[in-house]
Amino acid sequence: MTTRGWIEIAAFVLVMVVLVRPLGRYLWHVFERERPPAVRALGWLERALLRGGGLVDARGQSAREYGGAVLAFGFVGVIVTHALLRLQSLLPPDPGHAAVPPLLAFDTAVSFTTNTNWQAYAGESTMSYGAQMLALTWQNFVSAATGFGVMLAFARGLTRRADDDATVGNFWVDLVRALVYVLLPLSLAFALVLVSQGVIQCFAPPLQLATLEPGTQTIALGPVASQEAIKLIGVNGGGFFNANSAHPFENPTPLSDFLQCVAILLLPAALTHTYGCMTGNPRQGWVLLVAMTLLLLAGVAAVYAAEAAGNPAAALPGVAAGPNLEGKEVRFGLAGSALFATITTDASCGAVNGMHDSFTPLGGLVLLLDIMLGEVVFGGVGVGLVGMLVLALLTVFVAGLMVGRTPEYLGKKIEPREMKLAMLYLLTVPLVLLVLAAIAAVGPWGTAPLGNAGPHGLSEILYAYASASGNNGSAFAGLAADTPFYDLTLALAMLVGRFALVVPVLAIAASMRRKTPVPPGPGTLPTDGGSFLAVLLAVVLVVGALTFFPVLCLGPIVEHFTVAAGRFF
Amino acid sequence: MRRTLVIAVRLSLLTLVVTGVVYPLLVTAAAQLLFPRQAHGSLVTDDDGTVVGAAPIGQRFTAPGYLHGRPSAAGAQGYDAMASSGSNLGPSSLALRERMTAEHTRLRALNPQQPLAVPVELVSASASGLDPHLSPEAARWQAPRIAAARGVTLARVLAVIDANVESPDLGLLGEPRVNVLRTNLALDRTFDGHGVGSVLAR
Repeated sequence: MTTRGWIEIAAFVLVMVVLVRPLGRYLWHVFERERPPAVRALGWLERALLRGGGLVDARGQSAREYGGAVLAFGFVGVIVTHALLRLQSLLPPDPGHAAVPPLLAFDTAVSFTTNTNWQAYAGESTMSYGAQMLALTWQNFVSAATGFGVMLAFARGLTRRADDDATVGNFWVDLVRALVYVLLPLSLAFALVLVSQGVIQCFAPPLQLATLEPGTQTIALGPVASQEAIKLIGVNGGGFFNANSAHPFENPTPLSDFLQCVAILLLPAALTHTYGCMTGNPRQGWVLLVAMTLLLLAGVAAVYAAEAAGNPAAALPGVAAGPNLEGKEVRFGLAGSALFATITTDASCGAVNGMHDSFTPLGGLVLLLDIMLGEVVFGGVGVGLVGMLVLALLTVFVAGLMVGRTPEYLGKKIEPREMKLAMLYLLTVPLVLLVLAAIAAVGPWGTAPLGNAGPHGLSEILYAYASASGNNGSAFAGLAADTPFYDLTLALAMLVGRFALVVPVLAIAASMRRKTPVPPGPGTLPTDGGSFLAVLLAVVLVVGALTFFPVLCLGPIVEHFTVAAGRFF
Repeated sequence: MRRTLVIAVRLSLLTLVVTGVVYPLLVTAAAQLLFPRQAHGSLVTDDDGTVVGAAPIGQRFTAPGYLHGRPSAAGAQGYDAMASSGSNLGPSSLALRERMTAEHTRLRALNPQQPLAVPVELVSASASGLDPHLSPEAARWQAPRIAAARGVTLARVLAVIDANVESPDLGLLGEPRVNVLRTNLALDRTFDGHGVGSVLAR
């Protein structure tokens, strides 16, 4: 660990936090107030898309209608994306590529529609430029915009005062505004910044050249920057190339790497302030941001320290002791690698600038745990904040039990119905994750594709299902996941992690929407202060970490101790 | 329900056109206009103007007179820029242990002039398999071999390497690094004039 490394990490947090207030307020205005004057020039595009969708007078939807729209849009998204991948031999601008095989196309369509961006293929050898642009870039945009919608509907349910119409906004309007006023302009600007650093953007076929030492090299090219920008801003994570953000054409310099880190957390962080504005008390949002930032920093420090301690496999006589550099790039340095890995697993991004499979047992443990916390430490665009808010409801409920008062959040009473739905939300993912991982661990269908033996093999399985059900998308990539068993079970985990969670979330929104706020009493736990923060952190860690502690003991923890004792597998 | 599906289909197709066609084309047009060199891969040419590589993409070097990059898991031979990949071998992997041991033995045999321990970076495969860089320490470690192969003094080789060290971005981000391809071009330019490096390689 170096001083410069720590300064880099501190600089990142500073930049991120400074951007929260202006961007959070901007988002609040875009979705809940008048469009800011600076972007009114884009109004024609919003109107054109809404008119084209047949939504001339879009009215507010109930939570049920809103949820129906989210599910319908996801359903159509899977089908269209699947069709595009199957038909990639016909797609411009570079027709002639073999169609993506059916199961892989299904897995990939689900993966990109659910904002997971799990990749059971290598981009440069499987996907044509047409498929990357049409199917994948498109879903990068709209799956992130959908996340905005889920968060907005949930927050409106919590914050709006009870009245007759009980609406939580209109999904189609939220979707279009997220695209027109947020994702498209940000991505356009960020893509050009990335090109300036050396990210490529062209439609030329792979380049063949004679190398300096006699020989040839064929270099994959493509429209990378346009996909790269939304991959990070939309917290998607699906790379153009197999090596993702470790590939020099996706992430060429330490500066591009730093900006990619900022881009991943930009919207999830800003949305905490948007939420604060929606509640009428920005401190409600700041508390959540502080909780997320503390958990992030703890993770970064742990990963940084674990990787600095070195790779046990490299502890050989005649090799100088040093940090673990297997699966890392020189230009990012150890701090840049630890920072990116923690951010991408905390946020449900899944882009990688180093190979998580080759991290030390404890470094890999932290990354796995980041995902297993439920993708609530920033998490995906919108959906991460929703997860944190569900845990906030659980927190006030637990605190209410301790003092024997009916818990309330933002003045609205939390009753058994909301708690049952919250528990449904919190238990669904662990259940699916652990059951599927158990099935994979007991037979050749799950163990034959593993890239590593011993406890690390179990970690590969766990990571795959955690990543899929958490809609993260990164991998312990030694697992050769394009088999019928993994394509189908991981697709199931991704669908549950996205769409099955939308249902309880919007059901909570519906029932909270109908409640009338009561003024705070002496037994009310204020949810904008330090004691709430402390209990919230405890709840996040207990719920997330304890659920998975037994199975983590069998994977990374046992690996740590066996390899320290000199045992390799 | 039916109406919802109709809206979903219509908005899917419209957003597909806007984000999947118009947006990438806009980015391409702007990139070609503002940063044409980078948009096409930041290609590097030798003194004749022949393209010899892309600066961000590592190449395979085996001649003793050149700097060698890190072990690469991209493709069977390494540095296959159509098959970027890390090794994905875990820290308790026997295969990784054996690969690192073999790499250490190979480097020792190749660098008899260098008494210092092998930097861990030189036995560790990069994440992309295309890492174009080395740390200055790992580059300097190879300098005695390069000096012997080219028949020049160690100090002159070290001077070329040091002249090619790139600082952390903004003085803060990342680590100091040496681009292997650019440094090898500089070595050829400094010691042999054009083409002699290629002769060395044969």
